[in-house]
Amino acid sequence: MTDFAIAPPRSQSRAVRIGLRWLLYVILGLFALYYLLPLFVMITTSLKSLEEIRTGDLMALPREVTFDAWKTAWSGACTGIQCDGVKPYFWNSVLIAVPAVLISTLIGAMNGYVVAHWHFRGANIFFALMLFGCFIPFQVVLLPMARVLGLMGIAGTIPGLIFVHVIYGIGFTTLFFRNYYVTIPSELSKAAKVDGAGFLRIFWSIFLPLSLPIIVVSIIWQFTQIWNDFLFGVSFSQAGTQPITVALNNIVNSTTGVKEYNVDMAAAIIAALPTLLVYIVAGKYFIRGLTAGSVKG
Amino acid sequence: MAPILDIKNLYKNYGAVEILKDINVSIEQGEFLVLVGPSGCGKSTLLNCIAGLEPITRGELHIGGRNMTDVSPKNRDIAMVFQSYALYPTMTVAKNITFGMKVRGVDQATQQEKLQQVARQLQIEQLLNRRPGQLSGGQRQRVAMGRALVRDPKLFLFDEPLSNLDAKLRVEMRTEIKELHQRLGASMVYVTHDQIEAMTLATKIVVMKGGVIQQIGSPAEIYNRPANLFVADFMGNPAMNLIPAKTRANGVGTKIEIARKDGAPIVLTDTQNRNLPEDVILGVRPEDIGEPDHRASQTAQAAECMVDIVEPAGADTFVVMQLGGKHVTARLHSETSAQPGKRQQLAFDLGKVSYFAPDTGQRLN
Repeated sequence: MTDFAIAPPRSQSRAVRIGLRWLLYVILGLFALYYLLPLFVMITTSLKSLEEIRTGDLMALPREVTFDAWKTAWSGACTGIQCDGVKPYFWNSVLIAVPAVLISTLIGAMNGYVVAHWHFRGANIFFALMLFGCFIPFQVVLLPMARVLGLMGIAGTIPGLIFVHVIYGIGFTTLFFRNYYVTIPSELSKAAKVDGAGFLRIFWSIFLPLSLPIIVVSIIWQFTQIWNDFLFGVSFSQAGTQPITVALNNIVNSTTGVKEYNVDMAAAIIAALPTLLVYIVAGKYFIRGLTAGSVKG
Repeated sequence: MAPILDIKNLYKNYGAVEILKDINVSIEQGEFLVLVGPSGCGKSTLLNCIAGLEPITRGELHIGGRNMTDVSPKNRDIAMVFQSYALYPTMTVAKNITFGMKVRGVDQATQQEKLQQVARQLQIEQLLNRRPGQLSGGQRQRVAMGRALVRDPKLFLFDEPLSNLDAKLRVEMRTEIKELHQRLGASMVYVTHDQIEAMTLATKIVVMKGGVIQQIGSPAEIYNRPANLFVADFMGNPAMNLIPAKTRANGVGTKIEIARKDGAPIVLTDTQNRNLPEDVILGVRPEDIGEPDHRASQTAQAAECMVDIVEPAGADTFVVMQLGGKHVTARLHSETSAQPGKRQQLAFDLGKVSYFAPDTGQRLN
């Protein structure tokens, strides 16, 4: 149909169109380069020896590729007085992020299901309050949260950090799932009710299997938030339970003598890898889930 | 025997808004009840109340002789087919059909046996391993029926199950539902806005408007003796002609005078003495106006009318005229000689007409 609109193409306007298209590509390419530059510097620096960093150019490729800095960053760099690298803290982060992501996603799914399909008195107010929770700045809850954690006896522990992240994440995950579930026709849950299914059965057998796309969204969001969190990590942890973001800060800020840029860079990349991985792996399922869900029915 | 479904003085409010007002309906075992009315008349809400998916505000509801007013849907011994079919998208057809039994803890062997039986009955055996997304509209419809049939309930509920199908398939499925009803002898409640579906399927029709029942009766009663102007206008296609007229009682019967813009009024004589008010609305079905030689009924009376439009429709030809300031449609046979702009002798079968009061809209005869 659009053929009629643009036919017959005049050679002049066509040339202009192609020119504009190329201009667009060039601009986009420049932006991509600009954004990739820090990553390039990080990777090349992490593969250089300290000697080369001192004498060479920041932008140059490494003359001699060495993984020593990575080894040091992983298991030998000093965070204050300890020199175990980021390895123990990496595992701390995993132990915090994985349960916190899963629990907050599950609770969010349940909340969203209730708000969208089980109309109870005050459901809208409940949902509004949940939404409000998304807008509370981290700093505001620091002191009250510290007190609550103390009362619960989980201050400074990994379960404590899991608890904090779950509480903080529920607002977002509820929002995601609620908005997804309102698009599912209520006849589906009515049919299941007539079939004899109860509250949990309908959630488990009908709604959860439909939720893959939004589960992926929730996991990406929550994992990124929790893994990259610094403030809660530094506030509610103690020696031995710190997440990797805190360890990274300590490595970079507490070196004495020569600053080991290559180790800092390697540690930073290690700290960023899991979120990158989640985007790459889950992103694929995200697209797949979206298209699978779009089947009319 | 107690009626299979008995609704007494049912009211349903949403906040201050009354959706259903004083509903009283009951059906016997094996009856096919159709709730019909324009959208927003409360018919689907009533069905949801019967299913227990909507709580009722006041009144009582009995199914199979038991008071089910406050019983949850799963314990009402009902099955329901939804307008959107509401098949579980992530389950195969087989799982869709057996889900209800699985939830109720029926053993595997019985589940499989019943599944096969229903699949055979509905000819969906080859679809059992597919998912709803891979089925056509008609196939989904069948699966939804299968899910209801497998339950073998006291009462089947249908919520506009055919309205998402194309015209041809709709007629086919309609026949199939009727056949199913006859074969199973099951009791059914069926909601539709399509008056033809109501007429063809029902053993009993409830016509609703604005949350109030307008008339309950067999299809023939509803069609031949509509209780008020709304029912008269809603049921039947083309709709009943509703012509303002004046009546005058004389010794033999009643003279009925219909005004015309071109010439003297038509005067018909109803031989029965009906004791009518002076102003009435005369209701005549299009098929009760015909050519005199095709209308040999004793109660038919001929009059000459100016034909405005002729609409051949294959089996019949419809002609439209202006009488009493209204368009009046007559159903003539297909070889009629009627011509637009020409006069035509037409016979009105006064034995089958309805009279309505213009102010209240209620039936007078």
